Amino acid sequence: MAKTDIRRFAGFRATTWLCLLVLYAPLVIVAIYSFNASTSITRWGGFSLKWYVDVFSGPEAPKFRAAAINSFAIAIGAATCATIIATAAAVAMNRAGRFRGKLASLALINLPLMVPEIVTAVASLIFFITIGFKTGLLTIFVAHLVFCIPFAYLPIAARMKSVPDMFEQAAMDLYATPWEAFRLVLLPLMVPGILSGFLLAFIISLDDFLITNFVKGAGIETLPTAIFGSVKQGIKPNIMAISTLLLGVSVVLVTLSWLIGRAGQNKK
Amino acid sequence: MAGVAPGGSGSGSDIYRGNGPRLMLPVWVFIGIFLLLPVILMAVYSFLTKEFRGGVIWDFTLAAYDQFFLNRGLFGDEPATIEWTYIGIFWRSIWQAGLATVFCLLIGFPTAWYVATRPASTRSVWLFLITIPYWVNLLIRTVSMKFLLRDTGPLNEFLMWTGLISDPLSLINTNFAVQVGLFYSYLPFMVLPIYAAVERYDFSLSEAAADLYCNNWTTLRLVILPAVKPGIVAGCILVFVPSLGAFLAPDLLGGAKTFMIGSLIEEQFKGAAGNWPFGAAAAMILLTLVMVVLLIHARVQVREDR
Amino acid sequence: MSQKNIAVDVDKVVKRYGSVTALHGVSLDIREGEFFTLLGPSGCGKTTLLRCIAGFEDVSDGRVRLMGQDITPLPAHKRPVNTVFQQYALFPHMTVLENVSFGLSRRGWTARDAEGRAKQMLKLVQLSDFAKRKPGQLSGGQQQRVALARALAPEPQVLLLDEPLSALDLKLRQAVRVELKQIQRETGIAFVFVTHDQEEALTMSDRIAVMSAGHVQQIGTPREIYEAPVNRFVADFIGETNLLEVAVRQVDGDRATVVLPGGHVVEVPAASGAKVGTGHLSVRPERMSTAPGGGDLTVLVEDHVYLGTDIQLHARLDDGAPLVVRIQNGAAATIPAPGTRLALDVEAGAARLLAD
Repeated sequence: MAKTDIRRFAGFRATTWLCLLVLYAPLVIVAIYSFNASTSITRWGGFSLKWYVDVFSGPEAPKFRAAAINSFAIAIGAATCATIIATAAAVAMNRAGRFRGKLASLALINLPLMVPEIVTAVASLIFFITIGFKTGLLTIFVAHLVFCIPFAYLPIAARMKSVPDMFEQAAMDLYATPWEAFRLVLLPLMVPGILSGFLLAFIISLDDFLITNFVKGAGIETLPTAIFGSVKQGIKPNIMAISTLLLGVSVVLVTLSWLIGRAGQNKK
Repeated sequence: MAGVAPGGSGSGSDIYRGNGPRLMLPVWVFIGIFLLLPVILMAVYSFLTKEFRGGVIWDFTLAAYDQFFLNRGLFGDEPATIEWTYIGIFWRSIWQAGLATVFCLLIGFPTAWYVATRPASTRSVWLFLITIPYWVNLLIRTVSMKFLLRDTGPLNEFLMWTGLISDPLSLINTNFAVQVGLFYSYLPFMVLPIYAAVERYDFSLSEAAADLYCNNWTTLRLVILPAVKPGIVAGCILVFVPSLGAFLAPDLLGGAKTFMIGSLIEEQFKGAAGNWPFGAAAAMILLTLVMVVLLIHARVQVREDR
Repeated sequence: MSQKNIAVDVDKVVKRYGSVTALHGVSLDIREGEFFTLLGPSGCGKTTLLRCIAGFEDVSDGRVRLMGQDITPLPAHKRPVNTVFQQYALFPHMTVLENVSFGLSRRGWTARDAEGRAKQMLKLVQLSDFAKRKPGQLSGGQQQRVALARALAPEPQVLLLDEPLSALDLKLRQAVRVELKQIQRETGIAFVFVTHDQEEALTMSDRIAVMSAGHVQQIGTPREIYEAPVNRFVADFIGETNLLEVAVRQVDGDRATVVLPGGHVVEVPAASGAKVGTGHLSVRPERMSTAPGGGDLTVLVEDHVYLGTDIQLHARLDDGAPLVVRIQNGAAATIPAPGTRLALDVEAGAARLLAD
């Protein structure tokens, strides 16, 4: 009798392929149909780039261009700030010994992950309206910053935990001030964690629809809210083109973060 | 290293001791002011009186909760009976989220196991493939699913081409479509934590079980599942909690009959028909449900860690 | 050597972690230019003491003085002492040269001067060819030498070494011992060396402080520590020994009269603090010999272990207490069979009455 492999279970491989099929099929189909020459979205009329041309120069192009600029500007801004805040928080949690409110701080960092998105959206809207904060780009930015913090924090804190503090101790033993020890030793060693924290926060910001939809104010759109508004009137081929483009952006970013992660691992 | 050296490597480091509160200040400012405070304010709003053009009047009342749970007739003068409309929506949400969790687990566990047991050289590629959809915009994924399931969409065309059906199935606007949407949205959330748990699993335990006369399926039941349970529980929570408050899947794939909590709350804040205190109250009830789930999880975890 | 000035003065240092006390008022002096070892089992507080001198730990009580100056309140980066870490802690993102010149740059050296000095240090540890490499590309022994060069570069007044050899394999460790001792002599800097390895301590040190449970048990030269241990802990920890329970008749300065098990009365050297009553006598296994005509002790042989150069006999005294004897192997050596009664003589002056 052949030796049984303790890792093998009948059907698990088939299930995995099914899982991949389920995850990818809708995306791949939309990507394919975005190259459809036909105006009818379901009939295949040959390969064409016309919907991509439409996205960039069609009647809706200005709307989507403005939305894209808003989306990327907010994502870059929110992810950058969230990364800085999360790095400071990770130092506090991992390198600053005990202090009052440490546990509460950890809970607070994780709060955006625990509160359901719809609740955050409603609470933010109520808050901004109550204090008379005019909803617009700034409110979107602030709301994104808040929920980006825990996503940036997770990889950064994980990386910091894996960097032993002996390097900073050695630096301080060699006459580096605490700030120099952080800047010259800890920070360079943290680069992979910080980059993946930033990328994660960036994608999460780019991804958000629900909270943005509540706090965006009239007339201001991000890509997801613009797409949502458009889809409400039916799926049009130009939406599939935009979706495919955004899909491409996500894939590029994940690949980037994956490669960074691998490089970081190889260094160890 | 000598036994007592708490300043050594590890998590208890205090290189920058004394700076904790200062470094944590931005977190308190941003999350404290722009999330914690708003949630508290929302709790207050749920006890205020609604204003008809959206917004509130600062008069404290239990009207929102009254409206949620009790039916006092069209004019509010009949004896109170239990109002099932909103409880029904909550119940449907819990049911749908629970079902999505079960399906995600059924597909997610074998997938996570299979990926985690690949040789190191191909494992990261598998993991990469599983991770990509997790990073793709949820709205785009939901729209893609809507496109796939349409009456004249690729799925129906394919089924008619195979001859399995002669007329298109109307899938959109059904509980089924919402379920598929939830499953599809949150499947990666199930795979990743289970994968992490399986990766940490010590396979010599399986060998020991095999040595002690377990076949693979008995080993799975008696040894593996208990060992990776934390990962499974984490995965279930990561699917159940966001499914419960999901908005996009029910909104885009469902209709009036498949209403879930997310849409109910959203509706209260959009347009003139809105009722802010009622929306705040529904959000409070959702938040309470989620917190109960998380608290139970945390308590069980603490108990098992001991 | 004892005429030299005091480099480090550890004065009644107490270190508490919450309710745990790691150091109970430790006092010791480390002299300029000496190789001083803190020796003890893990958890004895030796690393904690080293970290208190380096400035990584705040002392709960007591003072630390360096060249007469009180450095207790100074943080690590303001203390002119450097450390060779157990895991070396070489900065992985910097080259070997950048690592070695790191401390110099922090002390305000110009880039050129720092590089010159760093190259000189690399020459000292014979790693000149590796200046441009990253630490990850070096072997364990090479990393250890870079760590040494890095710590010596800023010319610290005292060099602290935290079990620097423990990550090396046995053969390399023995070679590095000699090298380390040589570098210490060349530079003339006082080394404070932490180890749990008694052989390391005995072979390298000018003086050793034996520590246990947060107390210094004994300070002395390797020979003093080995041959004249003050108490049971030191006698037992350093080398192998037999601890015989004896009746102490009389103590007179550093001599004592004791009754051996079996009734023989002998005069032995006594540690200061030895008292009349019941005491413990330390007898090294190799300092006894068989005495065919009847000797100080009579034992019943139970078993033997063949060690090549020596033969170790496991025996029991008449009162049942175990005794280990080492006899030298040779052409004439006979191994007594189990059950043999053996008379033993203790070498004159080799048995020592302990303080507790």
